[in-house]
Amino acid sequence: MTVETTHAYKAPLWTRLPVVHQVRQSIGLQRGMLVVGLVITGIFILTAIFAPLLAPYGYSQLRGDSGTFGAQQAPGGEHLLGTTVGGYDVLSRVIWGSQTAITVMVIAVVLSIFAGVALGLVSGYFGGWLDRVLVVICDAVYAFPALLLAIVMGIVISGGRSGLWGGIFAAAISITVVFIPQYFRVIRAETVRIKAEAYVESARVLGASNGRIMFRHVLRNATRTLPLIFTLNASEALLTLAGLGFIGFGIEPSSAAEWGYDLNKSLSDVTSGIWWTSLFPGLAIVLVVLGITLVGESLNDLADPRLRSRRAPGKTAGVAATSVVPGGTLTAGPGGIDGLEASSLAPDQHPNDDPFEAK
Amino acid sequence: MTTVAMKPPAPAAGRSPKKKASPGGGIGRYLLIRFLLIFPTIFILVSMVFWLMRTTGDPITAALGGKLGPDQLAVLIHEAGYDRPIFVQYFEYLGQVFTGNFGTTISTNRPVSEVLLTYGLATAELVFYALIVAFIVGIPLGMVAAYWRDKAPDAFLRVFAILCYATPVFFAGLLLKLVFAVWLKVLPVAGRATVGSELEMQFLPDKTGIYFIDALKTGNPAVFGDVLLHAVLPALALGLLTAGVFLRLVRTNVIGTLGTEYVTAARSRGVNEFRLVSKHAYRPALIPIITVIGLQVALLLGGAVLTETTFEWKGLGFMLIEFIKARDFVAVQGIVALLAVIVALSNFIVDIIAALIDPRVRY
Repeated sequence: MTVETTHAYKAPLWTRLPVVHQVRQSIGLQRGMLVVGLVITGIFILTAIFAPLLAPYGYSQLRGDSGTFGAQQAPGGEHLLGTTVGGYDVLSRVIWGSQTAITVMVIAVVLSIFAGVALGLVSGYFGGWLDRVLVVICDAVYAFPALLLAIVMGIVISGGRSGLWGGIFAAAISITVVFIPQYFRVIRAETVRIKAEAYVESARVLGASNGRIMFRHVLRNATRTLPLIFTLNASEALLTLAGLGFIGFGIEPSSAAEWGYDLNKSLSDVTSGIWWTSLFPGLAIVLVVLGITLVGESLNDLADPRLRSRRAPGKTAGVAATSVVPGGTLTAGPGGIDGLEASSLAPDQHPNDDPFEAK
Repeated sequence: MTTVAMKPPAPAAGRSPKKKASPGGGIGRYLLIRFLLIFPTIFILVSMVFWLMRTTGDPITAALGGKLGPDQLAVLIHEAGYDRPIFVQYFEYLGQVFTGNFGTTISTNRPVSEVLLTYGLATAELVFYALIVAFIVGIPLGMVAAYWRDKAPDAFLRVFAILCYATPVFFAGLLLKLVFAVWLKVLPVAGRATVGSELEMQFLPDKTGIYFIDALKTGNPAVFGDVLLHAVLPALALGLLTAGVFLRLVRTNVIGTLGTEYVTAARSRGVNEFRLVSKHAYRPALIPIITVIGLQVALLLGGAVLTETTFEWKGLGFMLIEFIKARDFVAVQGIVALLAVIVALSNFIVDIIAALIDPRVRY
């Protein structure tokens, strides 16, 4: 990031790569959690990529060489994890489901990052009535139960049911709308802080345009916390997708495999003691969310000096003052996403802390 | 913008330097501002839902489209006033919401407000039980994790907290159901009470709709026990989801306060360790905890929709899904609008509590 280290000793390149650096930086329990998370996430991504090779059958396949699969077959034999009430192979649908999950997660998070970052940057940088209006709208949307908002969006986009890409985009856009306020808040809060920094003022004195300051000076520094929110949101995206699927906004089984949909269909199985149709898709969700959350939490803790150190946490809290952005990383942190949300509330709740607004 | 360079340097993150300069002050003024902020929130959410739902067409066509001929539909649409300009309908709707009138459901032809009251109480009951579970599980465990930071209990509890968060509430519900209701047969599978108990409560002269109170009023211990047993699994499923959040929150905040000098001072005065954590370190950590608990109301309501569907708990969430299936968008809109009001109100209440506890919060 800085130029002054050009002649100084540089660590080998691979140790400076984003995740590798953090693994090396971490110790003990924290490293354990990070590594476990990375392994689970890695397996999930590989499963999604190689789903066509790994899955014994197609996600919508109902018959094999020896006739139809039959409904609610117990695990074993040809169907390692049994078959569903609809007569699909459970293992295949669990494996194919990872593809749907990852697609929705990536689309949702990328869309919401773009929209949220752009809005937050403009709103925080220019301030004024636009900022006020956006803050109130985002607060309102943010306060609202994510799932309900996603349901409303689902009704609007697809009328409730749809095919593969229609379904994936409906789910992704529903989730995007829910996430935009989160990115908006974090980026706006950072922008409001950063624009008061000396280097932004110097850039302005030098005659840099607003656009250049926003993208070159503010955005670069404001996005440091994004990878953390990214991982935490990716898991939330999956949970929302599964929730949507569970209440019947899923993607039809003939177009793609979706874990939430399968759990919905297994609801009545449970009452009659059939456990395999719900257990495996459910476990898949839990594992993936667990893996991604472990990575996100660990990165989050490592980025926060108070949580990183094993020794007297109070003493290291002063680090913030010497960092590029006073209070920058510290604000986005403790307690995972809740910490992020809670602390990003602060600028809205205490407008007088903001030197630009306390006129 | 030219005056920017003249501005004094920003005080880093701290709140105190600006304290003196803040205008007005006083808790009354603060509460008034907070209270007034409820209205834009509700207004925005209600408007958003109205416009979003209307992009799918008028509610009558959506609900009865396939079932009636175009002529009959046109008559119904005209009777309900959906053929008027959309802005007229919008302002009429806003006015109705303001007076608590949410329209009439299309599928069951009942006033939406009546539906909201009946099923809202069931949801409130579930959320209340879940909060109890979350408090009992989350807060003490969070303190334990903070005290034994980076030790075995902390490691275990952190994974537990993440698992609570990572498990979709409906999956937790399905597992609980499978183990306790189907395999062990110690708890009921679904519903809020058995048919017998519901009948007994039905004939109460002044029934409240809150089963806990109604069951007490019957004076029949069997009914009361039945109602409580039905609540255990849904409350656990929804409560554990929130407990994980509480645990992490309490842990992080107590870790922060445990490192402060006054805790060291208290320790050197010989305050015992239990008191140190549960009083000295926990109290100041309460403010961020309460703020986030306020945000959990949204999570709880979203979770309630899924929990109710899993356990056939006939509350707002369960009905919401039923209405969506019936494509009864008037009812959906009403439920969503009511939930928006609840969220806005609970955020207001949380702000009040936070202000009462910590004078620094007021500006």
